[in-house]
Amino acid sequence: MTQPSFYDEMYGADATVRPHYQTYQRWLAETADERIARKRAEADIAFRRVGITFAVYGEEAGTERLIPFDILPRVIPAAEWQRLKAGLKQRVKALNLFLHDIYHGQEILRAGRIPREQVEGNAQFRPVMQGVDVPAGIYAHIAGVDLVRAGAGEFYVLEDNLRVPSGVSYMLEDRKMMMRLFPELFSRHKIAPVEHYPDLLLETLRASAPNGVADPTVVLLTPGAYNSAYFEHTFLAQQMGVELVEGRDLFVDNDTVYMRTTQGPQRVDVIYRRIDDDFIDPQVFRADSMLGVPGILKAYRAGKVTLANAVGTGVADDKSIYPYVPEMVRFYLGEEPILNNVPTYMCRKPDDLAYTLAHLPELVVKEVHGAGGYGMLVGPASTQAEIEDFRQRLIASPEKYIAQPTLALSTCPTFVESGVAPRHIDLRPFVLSGKEVTMVPGGLTRVALQEGSLVVNSSQGGGTKDTWVLE
Amino acid sequence: MLSRTADHLYWMARYIERAENLARLLDVTYQMSLVPQSPEAANQNWNAIIVLNSLEQPFAKAYGEPTAENVLRFMVRDEANLSSIYGCLRAARENAHAVRGTLTTEMWETINAAWIDLRSQSFEQIMAGGITEFFEWVKLRSALTRGVTFGTLLQDEAAHFIRMGGLLERADNTARILDVKYHFLEPVGDGEGEDGGVTDFYQWAALLRSLSAFEVYRKVYRDAITPARVAELLMLRMDMPRSLHHCLDKVNHLLGLVANRQSSETLRRAGLLHSRLHYARIDDVLAGGLHETLTEFMDDIYDLGNRISQDFLVPA
Repeated sequence: MTQPSFYDEMYGADATVRPHYQTYQRWLAETADERIARKRAEADIAFRRVGITFAVYGEEAGTERLIPFDILPRVIPAAEWQRLKAGLKQRVKALNLFLHDIYHGQEILRAGRIPREQVEGNAQFRPVMQGVDVPAGIYAHIAGVDLVRAGAGEFYVLEDNLRVPSGVSYMLEDRKMMMRLFPELFSRHKIAPVEHYPDLLLETLRASAPNGVADPTVVLLTPGAYNSAYFEHTFLAQQMGVELVEGRDLFVDNDTVYMRTTQGPQRVDVIYRRIDDDFIDPQVFRADSMLGVPGILKAYRAGKVTLANAVGTGVADDKSIYPYVPEMVRFYLGEEPILNNVPTYMCRKPDDLAYTLAHLPELVVKEVHGAGGYGMLVGPASTQAEIEDFRQRLIASPEKYIAQPTLALSTCPTFVESGVAPRHIDLRPFVLSGKEVTMVPGGLTRVALQEGSLVVNSSQGGGTKDTWVLE
Repeated sequence: MLSRTADHLYWMARYIERAENLARLLDVTYQMSLVPQSPEAANQNWNAIIVLNSLEQPFAKAYGEPTAENVLRFMVRDEANLSSIYGCLRAARENAHAVRGTLTTEMWETINAAWIDLRSQSFEQIMAGGITEFFEWVKLRSALTRGVTFGTLLQDEAAHFIRMGGLLERADNTARILDVKYHFLEPVGDGEGEDGGVTDFYQWAALLRSLSAFEVYRKVYRDAITPARVAELLMLRMDMPRSLHHCLDKVNHLLGLVANRQSSETLRRAGLLHSRLHYARIDDVLAGGLHETLTEFMDDIYDLGNRISQDFLVPA
């Protein structure tokens, strides 16, 4: 390999197998190639039949694609997971405290730890939430924190997804598939189970009900069958045993939310909504939204219904706020952050912009409000023309961008056309905040299937792997 | 359960039932076309299918002559024709997709697999594989869906609305087929007991076969096929699963199970419709005019469908 040397999850220096992969390695060596090939084909057919697909934006309407599933698992040793878990809990706690603070006393702004205009001038800041008390002060009930391993093997937080993070259904289906294809692997390893995620989620949602509601009715609000994550919405609703509703199934009467049922209107207490803020209430946000529920924000502010996640969480996972998260941990918890941030250049600052413009070929440039791997520049993998295009955009509106060093993302062996080859991966654990902060071990491992690619998003051709935390 | 969910389930079932009935009708017409006859008579039989579905205009525009191939092409695999088998199974799958969380895994996989199979075949490929085999396949998919539904789905409201949709669709289809074919076949004269000849026998037998009623007829009457008995079997026999009486009996029962605060008028009308079939005698029906009776019945079924929508599926 002429590539710079990446940290590989399975192989250490001199191609020795790391201890937590040794059992797997022995199994792989004694398993015939034909069996592996047959199992891979089997997985493909099974996923297609179950209909685990996602819609792709920008392609013909209704196009459904299968997310590629790789049968070679990503393995995390127990000690490593314990540390990640502690770091995730700490980070999500701080983010929830931050959200409560900026919509109430704004102490962190008054203390000068974050520039006021960075928060209040942010498009994701929702003045409509100021002074609104949400149950238990929880804003981000479900957080999908993207972690990458880089350099010599240390983990970094790449993004805190606090709006409507998705992907957990792939985590669960990948596990189910692995157990179906290779049951013997599960008897050879002690792999921490993840199947109870829907129970934890339901518990979290029930614990977030408005005060005084003893037996809350929980629903999952989806934008509908054409949303890219619709499979996940149906999956989670079914697993939790709650109704999957669309905006048109709900209505508000006297600040109370009801759903239309065959037996007449039924009151709704907690809404796990998979719709962005902008679309949730045409009376308050985008008036052209057909997906939302008119009047729901008024009911929400009156404390008659819980939205999970809360309205206005986007300000905390915005890329322009991201550089301040370690500061939030110190400010609210009085602790040193366990998880690292990636060093970030905020292009609105003249010095940072100058540095960024001078080092474009080696940096990753991201839109502050972008998501899903759309609208970003990966310097080392870009043409001169692409770099120049971004240079013009940066000069025109520097405040819209941040830049980070191109991380040497860790690799994991992956089945590809030519056999097994290293491919870059990341990890998205799902952190739940209800009565307490909980999560299932591991998360979703995404893999960039194209050689050398660092973009793992499913919309950009990424695949997934089962993620094992060894006990 | 959510009204919208019930609506999708109800229409999913209707579309599957519609595809099955269409396959039956096309199959029997195809079988009939193998009996020696004039080209005009053959085309007339094929055209009846277009008329039955009120598709005269779009068909004439896209295809012109009602030849066997044109009608089959239009009613089997034409993607622009929402009433084709392709259109029905696509609509069924779309409805299922919208509520797949309510379906059992087996139900979803059955419906989705049928759609994936059909989508991957062109009309030419279907013909090459044998059109009769294709119709068998459609009927089998419908039977499989029904079986998997009753074998795996919790017998709650979801199951009730699925059954109701299928039964209403079936009642409507049986009435339509009987109306059109009876017109076409009805002997001039007093009808009862008259022998219409060999061709007529095939036509009546074909009608019965299209409704899986040929063997039933033999078993029930143990006698020659007469138009009056055919009408009686398909309209009034309670134990014939595709008869109007049977369908309405079940719909009536299901409506009782899902009744809500605003549905009493709908239940009353369904009850009335059921009793009219329950206490009717075929001689009286024929004396009053079969066509008139069936037209009225189809109007009543249409009204019932609308009322069920308003009360349960798409409330204001």
